[in-house]
Amino acid sequence: MEPVIRIRGLRTQFGDQVIHDNLDLDVRKAEILGIVGGSGTGKSVLLRTIIGLNHPTAGQIEVFGQDLAQANPAERLAVEQRWGVLFQDGALFSSLTVAQNIEVPMKEHLGMPARLRDEIAALKIAMVGLPPEAGSKYPSELSGGMRKRAGLARSLALDPDLIFLDEPTAGLDPIGAANFDQLIRRLADNLGLTVFMVTHDLDSLNAICDRIAVLAEKHVMVVGPMADMLRHEHPWLREYFHGPRARAAQRQEVG
Amino acid sequence: MADGWLKVGADGGDGLVLQAGGSWDARNVTRLDLQLRDIRPGQDLTVNLDQIERLDTAGAWLLFRTLKECRNLGGRADLAGLTPAIEAMLEQVAANDIPAEIEPPQTNALVAVVEHIGAGAVDVAMEAKQQIAFLGLLLETLARTIRHPSRLRLVPLVHHMEKVGFNALPIVGLISFLIGVVLAFQGATQLQRFGAEIFVVNLIAVSVLREIAILLTAIVVAGRSGSAFTAEIGSMVVNEEVDAMRTLGLDPMEVLVLPRVLALVITLPLLAFFADMMGLFGGMLMCWGALDISPALYLERLQGAISPWSFWVGIIKAPFFAFLIAMVGCLEGLRVTRSAESVGRQTTRSVVTGIFLVIVVDALFSIFFAAVGV
Repeated sequence: MEPVIRIRGLRTQFGDQVIHDNLDLDVRKAEILGIVGGSGTGKSVLLRTIIGLNHPTAGQIEVFGQDLAQANPAERLAVEQRWGVLFQDGALFSSLTVAQNIEVPMKEHLGMPARLRDEIAALKIAMVGLPPEAGSKYPSELSGGMRKRAGLARSLALDPDLIFLDEPTAGLDPIGAANFDQLIRRLADNLGLTVFMVTHDLDSLNAICDRIAVLAEKHVMVVGPMADMLRHEHPWLREYFHGPRARAAQRQEVG
Repeated sequence: MADGWLKVGADGGDGLVLQAGGSWDARNVTRLDLQLRDIRPGQDLTVNLDQIERLDTAGAWLLFRTLKECRNLGGRADLAGLTPAIEAMLEQVAANDIPAEIEPPQTNALVAVVEHIGAGAVDVAMEAKQQIAFLGLLLETLARTIRHPSRLRLVPLVHHMEKVGFNALPIVGLISFLIGVVLAFQGATQLQRFGAEIFVVNLIAVSVLREIAILLTAIVVAGRSGSAFTAEIGSMVVNEEVDAMRTLGLDPMEVLVLPRVLALVITLPLLAFFADMMGLFGGMLMCWGALDISPALYLERLQGAISPWSFWVGIIKAPFFAFLIAMVGCLEGLRVTRSAESVGRQTTRSVVTGIFLVIVVDALFSIFFAAVGV
């Protein structure tokens, strides 16, 4: 089956600093892929490069079979409407209410009438588990966890096939993080979403990721399900997946 | 994939038969929504879904809403051709059918206007109160520093003097020079009508020295340095640096505010002097070029036109203006709340308040100098 995202020979560099070199990665349809790696290995840079906020120095990125570097603006827009992005702190527009934030893409790209927009925004607010009264609140009146849920609702506004999540559980308390994990899993299952998730959260990796890709030494060193990660011999992987925090996360999973 | 479509069949006595097909997704719902809203509510409905190729939450919402409204009006609504995927999607939507608030509640427009005026007035009063409190705090810090001069942060002081004083020389000089040129030219065309062009020197000398040079310098500095103080201190507040300072036993008044205030109080009189010279120089060039008043004659007239007080009246005001601009700039910076948006808002406020206070105090000085007769 055609992968949703196909990256071949990607090279990203800022000045002399090479972030990715000869990086290959496939993201399959309807899977949740977790991206891990030490600080500064370019996980977020990879996400930003795929969605077109950074320009790669070399290499090819295809999303839904479309090479974005070659695409004309109309083709690009068509692909952009099929993905949603959740930035780290939600990146909600601060001058709009939560519901208005969710309505922005519907209004801008689809020209939906206000009544239908309001109905669908309410639906998304309920889907991400926000209370109905959150719709009329401004982002500054929300807690961090609620902002992330609202950001997720906005990224789901056009019913995308693919969503990008940048550290979705960072900064949430363990209960909030676990709820958020379950929310992502449930949405992915119910809506057939493909999820590309940058995370550091071992619990998320354990609980909801179908496959994990490890960024190290400027490329994807290994990609596969959790079981493969645990068997791998590379010292960094051993430390990451067998360290004290990893053991705690796995115990929880078993128990 | 085909666009979503909906065909409305005839009512064969057994209710309306709707045939839905194609892709019922977010890209198609605008059109489908219009079609569905055209159907008169309250009839019995059968919706045939067997030709739907794709259904997302937006499309599922339309189906769900149509059925719900029909049933609410006592009609019968059935679905035919359900697949497990469609059923799951409809369940998903049904489970999340919770109306949400979209906009904050609106109040009556008249009430909103009154409320706005009231809030504005209270805000002005609160700000005035904070400014007075801050003035007290600043003077107390200043007194403490005078008693223990070793507490003064010399390096930041010099750094700020360079930034607010030395680096402002080109812009302040250019503006004053041009104002000197403009005054000479405008004054000369008016005075020529009385054959009194020579008095243009008096005009330039008195207006530049007493008012224009210092006022323009203060306004430029409020825009340039007052805003910079607010933005610098404000972004430190956003970043929790100011809180961190307090927990480390550093007094932000002493570390951040005092060096900035002193730097401006020291440099603004020097800038004003520079502006005086550039203004007179601009006037001189214009008189020479356009009015044939030679520099020698210009300087001679200048000496006759002014007394030392003309000069001092301008310079004396400088430290007061500097104090106001720096105080407002720092205070607005510290009033920033922890959002990036508020840095921008307070910076605007700092410039507006700074210029406003400068002009009010300038007016008070005019009254004072008129009363004492200089």
